[in-house]
Amino acid sequence: MIQYEAVIGLEVHAQLSTGSKIFANSGTEAGREPNTLCDPVTLGLPGALPVLNKRVVDFAIKLGLATNCSITRENEFARKHYFYPDLPKGYQISQYDKPICQHGHLLVRVGGEERRVGITRIHLEEDAGKNVHGEHETTSFIDLNRAGVPLVEIVSEPEIRSPEEAGAYMRQMRQIVRYLDICDGNMEEGSLRCDANISLRKVGTEKLGTKVEIKNLNSFRFVERAIRYEITRQTTVLEQGDEIVQETRLWDEQKASTRSMRSKEYAEDYRYFPDPDLLPIVVDNDWIERIRATLPELPEQVYLRFKKGHQLDDYYCELLTEEKHTARYYDKALEVHHNQTALANWITTELFGRLNKENLGMEECPVSPENLGTLVKLIDEDVISGKIAKTVFDEMFSTGASPNSIVEATGLQQISNRDEIGGIIDEVLTQHPEQIAEFRDGKTKMLGFFVGQIMKRTAGKANPKVVNELLMAKLKGD
Amino acid sequence: MNSLCKLSAQEMRQGLLDTEFSAVELASAHLDSIKESNETLNSFITITEDKALAAAKAADTRLSSEKENSPLLCGLPLALKDMLVTKDVETTCGSKILKGFVPPYTGTAVARAEKQGMVVVGKTNMDEFGMGSSSENSAFGPVRNPWDTERIPGGSSGGSAAAVASGQAPLALGTDTGGSIRQPAAMTGIVGLKPTYGRVSRYGAVAYASSCDQVGPFARNIPDLAMLFAAIAGKDPQDATSVAEDVPDYLAEVAEKATSGLAGLKVGVPQEYLVDGLQPDVKSAFESSLGVFEKLGAEIVDVSLPHTEHALATYYIIVPAEASSNLARYDGVRYGHRTAKADTLQELYAKTRGEAFGKEVKRRIMMGSYVLSAGYYDAYYLKAQQVRTLVANDFLAAFTNHCDVIATPVSPCTAFKLGEKTSSPLEMYLADALTVPVSLAGLPALSIPCGLDTQNLPIGLQLIAPAFEESKLLSTGNAFLTEQPFELKPLTSGGQ
Amino acid sequence: MSLDQKDVLHVAKLSALELSEQEAEEFTKDLQDILGYVERLESVDVHGVVPTSHVHGIVNDFRDDIAKNSLKLEEVAEMAPEFKGGGFRVPKVL
Repeated sequence: MIQYEAVIGLEVHAQLSTGSKIFANSGTEAGREPNTLCDPVTLGLPGALPVLNKRVVDFAIKLGLATNCSITRENEFARKHYFYPDLPKGYQISQYDKPICQHGHLLVRVGGEERRVGITRIHLEEDAGKNVHGEHETTSFIDLNRAGVPLVEIVSEPEIRSPEEAGAYMRQMRQIVRYLDICDGNMEEGSLRCDANISLRKVGTEKLGTKVEIKNLNSFRFVERAIRYEITRQTTVLEQGDEIVQETRLWDEQKASTRSMRSKEYAEDYRYFPDPDLLPIVVDNDWIERIRATLPELPEQVYLRFKKGHQLDDYYCELLTEEKHTARYYDKALEVHHNQTALANWITTELFGRLNKENLGMEECPVSPENLGTLVKLIDEDVISGKIAKTVFDEMFSTGASPNSIVEATGLQQISNRDEIGGIIDEVLTQHPEQIAEFRDGKTKMLGFFVGQIMKRTAGKANPKVVNELLMAKLKGD
Repeated sequence: MNSLCKLSAQEMRQGLLDTEFSAVELASAHLDSIKESNETLNSFITITEDKALAAAKAADTRLSSEKENSPLLCGLPLALKDMLVTKDVETTCGSKILKGFVPPYTGTAVARAEKQGMVVVGKTNMDEFGMGSSSENSAFGPVRNPWDTERIPGGSSGGSAAAVASGQAPLALGTDTGGSIRQPAAMTGIVGLKPTYGRVSRYGAVAYASSCDQVGPFARNIPDLAMLFAAIAGKDPQDATSVAEDVPDYLAEVAEKATSGLAGLKVGVPQEYLVDGLQPDVKSAFESSLGVFEKLGAEIVDVSLPHTEHALATYYIIVPAEASSNLARYDGVRYGHRTAKADTLQELYAKTRGEAFGKEVKRRIMMGSYVLSAGYYDAYYLKAQQVRTLVANDFLAAFTNHCDVIATPVSPCTAFKLGEKTSSPLEMYLADALTVPVSLAGLPALSIPCGLDTQNLPIGLQLIAPAFEESKLLSTGNAFLTEQPFELKPLTSGGQ
Repeated sequence: MSLDQKDVLHVAKLSALELSEQEAEEFTKDLQDILGYVERLESVDVHGVVPTSHVHGIVNDFRDDIAKNSLKLEEVAEMAPEFKGGGFRVPKVL
């Protein structure tokens, strides 16, 4: 039986989060009333001319630097021609043979292994509008609000070998654009989307098979599922002795399969040529260094720092670095109290749990990192118990108050005073002679009963360590 | 014709300042003149009477309060080629596909003229989307030459040229891609300037071939031309290809050099332009023009522009290619004509465009799509861009080593008869041979009248300068016309 | 390079132009003529010549990322041949 391996390349489109469009000064907000973000340039009115938004170039350079690309010193825009109602000018302004970034790579981790995936190019282009097809209507509705929103297209080398790797690559790309603050990464709204090129080849051979492009992959899950499906489909076709047809297919989530898109009725011949309305972009060293200086610590670097410096395990490292805000939060909390594992644990369990429940993002977190650090510090210094800490945390989350003020105001401080606890133990023991007898007959689980009674009397505030120690001494000593 | 319409723009300015007449009277006189002759000349597609009178009224207010401090052009009538986008005024580009299109914005050149207080009297007829050399390719019928209404006025800005030559407006704006200002100026006996590429904003000038298109002025004399040009020139943040070069006071520079002659000026004459196809009286008028320069103290030197013979072929690859792209937006979806017969999207596009574009436009779109299509790009488009470099280098070498300005005829022939050349597109293209090299090189060129042919039709002289040296063209042209004045017969002999 | 009517129809499709039979014939001849004329460029030696896309060699013209007013929906609607329910309309895109 012939073994096949998958050869996968991804084209990731990321909308850049600028305030205005790439070549026009209409706004870019999603969710606005259709066709209210239109100006002469966006509508492709006669006589209107594009002028490039400088921030778009800054963002692309930033992404290029973060993905180990070289920045093309002289890059330019070209026109890509086709007729479609969501494309107002009959051509899309895009970069063709002189993209702004080239020859980069990402290190992708799957199952504890790291693989290098090459990035062929990153180029700038304008997004198209939206065609909406109502089921019972004979016409399609065109909304041009999205037309002209800046996009980067990130094209990987065909070096991805599995659906999992594709998913990991996509996740990492999302993580990077979010760290860089150049794209909100919202896949549901289409700010980040992906097409996949998939072909199969016999294991051990170099020659690439016929490739199929899958469009419309707007979630990590779809990326993985669609690629997995397509690998199976192509394998079956080849095993039956048939040939793969070069085509574009669409992922249908409902049917969990890909289907062939109707071939375009117009011949595909984009007739690219350099856009005479836009000047070449010459990027010098100063510009690159200026952007480099604005680069944040990248996810990969933070990951390694957490792993090596803090000796956190992979699980925590991944969770804590997934979002820039989380990593920053963790760093800030550590400044207050340097207990890496405890803070990692608090953030990834209690804090994530509550944020999820309230549907809040890390950047909207009501508990400041300083306060969370203080809370863990209070536990470690035996001011409060771990159990009480959860109550305090709930209060912190609801009110945003500091743990100190909550502990003080509600008297939740742990009781560690040996005399005080000793007195309470004495009271409990005096009132339960029968239980003492049972304990001495060997029923050791009665210990729990006594602890429970003591905690009840102290509203859970007694330091369990002290309670245990004194209780044992008294039970044995008497 | 009202005598107000025969004044120069400068005389009009003086009359307004001296309150001999008001801007409203001036506008009315020109509107009357348009109404009188438009049926014959067909030079206007739209006459903006109400807006013109309102603008004139505003100009009068401004003149009476600001007097000498008001802008030079305040209250002066202006005709606009219908290629220039005007807010709330139909803008058709001479095409059925834009019939009824009322833009929501005004382009930069027009906005600058209006800011000066100019009074737009209407939108002039033209070859559809600028594609033509005779102003016959218009969905609104051909424009006629005021010198002889059986003849074409040149194109594509034929309506603007005819308007200025006939006293319908003292000043007009046109666009020039391969000669569309210079050639109609020559054929109607007026002056026209194609500025350096990037000197005037293209924002709001409907794109035909973006790398060659320029907006430029028409007038009946050089100082008038300089005034209008100064108003529209300069960097525009809305056109990335406009250039941030200082705009000199063209009028002052022209005035300063008006009496100093042309001593020391080297006028280059490229032998490659004196080709066999040149009409004999065009050639002799050109040769006697060289005598005028010599008389003014200039030196005539031979220069060589060896790639001239390849310029036209280069132009007719690059320009249709860009046109095929620029005209892709006319699809019947967002504005303009839309077919009534489409059931599918493909039909919507093909029928809308098939119905509403004229033949020459379709021909150039086809040609342009072809040279850009897969497999042909390198052989045609890329090659043409390389030859374009050679054409531009020829000029650069001539200016660097041999001369200050270059003189050539504007057109190999004078105004021909309507319908005379419509049967052969290639023959029509050949008429552009002397104006397109300048367009490819992005240089400024001035067209001035230099004589009449045997049929009493005007002959044009083209002066070419290095990039951004329009001042040199204007002062040279002014010296020439002072030495050898030209009588604009349609105006001087027009009825009182 | 020769061009026939099939090429013309292909280019017409690329250009989204419906041509009448007569036009297709006519354009075939016209394009043959014009292409025949421009073929003279074949003789020009352009070895090592940099192509010109922009005549002045200027670079880097940008605008700042500032959003300004868009057109009013009524203005957009008024220009459009078919505008319904806040959007442009075209025959259903399948």
